[in-house]
Amino acid sequence: MKFLNIIYNGLVKENPVFVLLLGMCPTLGTTGSAMTGMSMGVATMCVLICSNMAVSGIKSVVPPSVRIPVYIVVIATFVSALQMLLAAYLPALNATLGIFIPLIVVNCILLGRAEAYASRHGVMESCCDGLGIGLGFTAGLTLLGAVRELLGTGRVFGAEVYPEEFGSLAFVLAPGAFIALGLLIGLFNAIKSR
Amino acid sequence: MLAYISIIVTAIFVNNIVFAQFLGICPFMGVSKKLSSAVGMGAAVAFVMAFATCATWLLQRYLLDPFGLGYMQTILFILVIASLVQMLEMVLKKTLPSLYQALGVFLPLITTNCAVLGVAIMVVQKDFNLLMSLTYAVATAAGFALALVIFAGIREQLELSDVPRPMRGVAIALICAGILAMAFMGFSGIKIG
Repeated sequence: MKFLNIIYNGLVKENPVFVLLLGMCPTLGTTGSAMTGMSMGVATMCVLICSNMAVSGIKSVVPPSVRIPVYIVVIATFVSALQMLLAAYLPALNATLGIFIPLIVVNCILLGRAEAYASRHGVMESCCDGLGIGLGFTAGLTLLGAVRELLGTGRVFGAEVYPEEFGSLAFVLAPGAFIALGLLIGLFNAIKSR
Repeated sequence: MLAYISIIVTAIFVNNIVFAQFLGICPFMGVSKKLSSAVGMGAAVAFVMAFATCATWLLQRYLLDPFGLGYMQTILFILVIASLVQMLEMVLKKTLPSLYQALGVFLPLITTNCAVLGVAIMVVQKDFNLLMSLTYAVATAAGFALALVIFAGIREQLELSDVPRPMRGVAIALICAGILAMAFMGFSGIKIG
């Protein structure tokens, strides 16, 4: 029950995309379609779970004064591992996400969770926190990707909803990323204040 | 010469780091509430980006490439950038206190600015030489500063306007950024050389 609560917290109450507004660069940069958004979310979630568990595991041996560099190295290690795995097994995905894969290192969500949560909780809780926040991030990216894909090309996950000619291409391009995210955050605020 | 002009124009207008490449969005949203801080942040980013790009370019060329250590790129670059920011902060504090006062608060924020790491990785991918990389870094930072200053101006006006309650703050700012991005799309297709 406790673990479910931690996951729920990350998914809804502290949703990184709509509430905490962290990790905006991949949020805007990789959500041209629902599929790429979801892939980016899952990739980030994998790194987040691993780094959370590692940081929580070593928290008693890391001197407080050098903790930030240590966390950065831990995160960078997992990102490099992910980079190599993707290049080896999913080269097409690796090419689509491009520079945003190495840039997971500077995603504020990872360092934020390491500092704010994993360095103070046990390994199991940190794993759940990583899962929850990671799922929240994935859900946000998938939703934004789906909205942009739908408005831009009339498809969701590649399945046609309405003919492509009625779509407005701007939503797949750069401006649509900002506008769609702005509208979704507004919607989130409106629902929350009810 | 033409190649350099092309790099500058492309980096500032056509492929603007914020509006076309989606890098450095966090400081772009965070520090654009006031015009004066936007200028300071832009200058600090230019400073760090130029130094960091040179340092990482040299490391890539003379350490990673000859020894086949390409897979260490991400770890090495982020450590170099993080320590460089710390070092710059200390050097500035000692040697140029007035500049430190102006940039001081923004420097620590830059470690987590993905534009700096992004540019360092991109110049390696694009296979630029050192001077081209430096040009690209400074021009990209200029593009970032331009975006930041324009956006800060808009946000100062936005403060005074009556926006529906759920859209206040970040939501309306993002939509303005979208419209600005649309304006910047007008530059796409410009080619020099």
